[in-house]
Amino acid sequence: MKVGVVAIGSIEQRWSDAVERHIRAVFGFSTERLPPLDRVEFALDERRAQYSSSLILRELATLGPPAVSRVVGITECDIFIPMLKFVFGQAQLGGQIAVISLARLRQEFYGLPSDAELLDLRMKKVLVHELGHTFGLTHCTDRTCVMVLSTNLDQLDAKLDAFCGSCLGLIREHLGNVDHE
Amino acid sequence: MKSQWAILVVDDEDIMRDSMAAWLREDGYTVHTASTGREALELARKRDFALYFVDLKMPGGIDGIQTMVELKKLYPDPAVVIVTAYATVDTAIMAMKQGAYEYIVKPCNPEEISLLVERVIKVKNLQRENLLLKKKLTRKYSFQDIISKNQKMQEIFQLVREVSSLRSTVLIQGESGTGKELIARAIHFSGDRADKPFVCVSCAALAETLLESELFGHEKGSFTGAIGRKKGKFELAHEGTIFLDEIGDISSKLQMDLLRVIQERTFFRVGGSEEIQVDTRVIAATNKDLQKAVADGTFRDDLYYRLNVINIQIPPLRERREDIPLLARNFVEQISHEVGKEVEDISEGALKILLDHDWPGNVRELENAVERAIVTTKTRVLLEEAFSFLVNGKKEKKGFDIPAGMSLEDLEREAITVTMQRTEGNVKEAASILGIDRSTLYDKIKKYNLAR
Ligand SMILES: [Zn+2]
Ligand SMILES: [Zn+2]
Repeated sequence: MKVGVVAIGSIEQRWSDAVERHIRAVFGFSTERLPPLDRVEFALDERRAQYSSSLILRELATLGPPAVSRVVGITECDIFIPMLKFVFGQAQLGGQIAVISLARLRQEFYGLPSDAELLDLRMKKVLVHELGHTFGLTHCTDRTCVMVLSTNLDQLDAKLDAFCGSCLGLIREHLGNVDHE
Repeated sequence: MKSQWAILVVDDEDIMRDSMAAWLREDGYTVHTASTGREALELARKRDFALYFVDLKMPGGIDGIQTMVELKKLYPDPAVVIVTAYATVDTAIMAMKQGAYEYIVKPCNPEEISLLVERVIKVKNLQRENLLLKKKLTRKYSFQDIISKNQKMQEIFQLVREVSSLRSTVLIQGESGTGKELIARAIHFSGDRADKPFVCVSCAALAETLLESELFGHEKGSFTGAIGRKKGKFELAHEGTIFLDEIGDISSKLQMDLLRVIQERTFFRVGGSEEIQVDTRVIAATNKDLQKAVADGTFRDDLYYRLNVINIQIPPLRERREDIPLLARNFVEQISHEVGKEVEDISEGALKILLDHDWPGNVRELENAVERAIVTTKTRVLLEEAFSFLVNGKKEKKGFDIPAGMSLEDLEREAITVTMQRTEGNVKEAASILGIDRSTLYDKIKKYNLAR
């Protein structure tokens, strides 16, 4: 299993590096840096001054298999779906594509001093969660599991950055019982 | 179980509709979509949804409010959430007046939506729980409770409907665990005797004299232990139905008594001289080959023909494998509820194990297997591991064949006998091999009258 990582819009290199590092550590997959998606205007909703995550996913889908089996986009853009004020990330359930946004994971967004370590942990949780969706996982009822739904930062900070046994079992089954540590 | 609750998202805008549906699917719900009010109503006509998200402004004749009004004509209390991009007090008031469950302005906070959905589903769950509880309390098993899409079973259901209001005797044949009693109940409770008693007697469980008094009652002092006068099951089932399970096991004396009561509709209590008249419908069941018993001379042919007026043969589970996923999921739902454990489904891998298994104990064995898996699992979805006992058992068996028609009790007796022989009568060792504790094994040795 190989996961392609795409930097969307302007974003510091170290965050794309961190995404690759977390994917290797959590899933044991190999990763590959795909060409960045520099121009994001296509997804901009001017009235909301936000970017449509659905349109971003659509664009990422064109980069997918067979080159890599999953594509994860990472962006600083504040992303949304029309029904909701924002999303931390979005993925195709049981599909190949996911996108995560750092915008609302940053302390600065809420007028607080920045905290790179906290941001990295939050990003890891959102990343693992969205990738979990691509393996067909739906939200978990275990409050500490990374697959529990978090609609705000309190909930995101309260959960762990790992799958519970049940979700892990489902992922293993999905991967055909290959142990990826 | 979330996935059994379906949500309908109605919006003319593609991205809006599909992203909302995707977001709800990630939460574990089954989500359908419609791009017009008309399409929504078409879908709703086929099935009720737990929750409807309906956009207020839609082109094509019917807007959100009208859609809701039409939905209300289809179902008594649909949970309709009206969604709009522009908050105006007027439309909000109108939506609520027309009976919207909620009125939301998009975009909303993710938290708001997730709480709203949770609230609605909780109410739906409660409603369903009450319904299940009611069903259980009345114990009125209509055949809707017998789950099957198998052709043969469908024919049986049809036959059950046709004969339910007749007085004719019914003979139900099938292996242990195929649900003979459920069919008997279905016949009784779908017929015009439904509000009269349905009385069950297992003929194999009792010694001859006890069974006789159980069926026909006794007068005071008619035999040792007959303290007072007692009504028998035939009397208790007057105007209703008596279900005689394991009829193949009764003695020749009782065969004669039964023949008499079926022919004459009269009998005497044990030790009594008063002739008692009853109007009781007889449904008998057996896992034995009665025709063979008749040929062998161990079962009266006249009684056999009296019982066999209407014959129902229930196929074993291995001949209706298409029902296994259906039944298994139904047991997961029921049992997880009963034992209070949040187990939601069975994985595809686990289902494959169930489909490959031969089920000598039929539906009952499947039910027991699902229960065992639910009790021992630590996951929300039953995975292959949860059913490893089925696979392991198969490996150890090494071609050990179970004759069709053998009951689980016979199997248990056999397993205990063989194990006790192997351990040379060491109960402690035998109990550990059998995976039960010593006192249970003692009880079973006593029950089966086995030499130690
Ligand atoms: Zn999620
Ligand atoms: Zn989990």
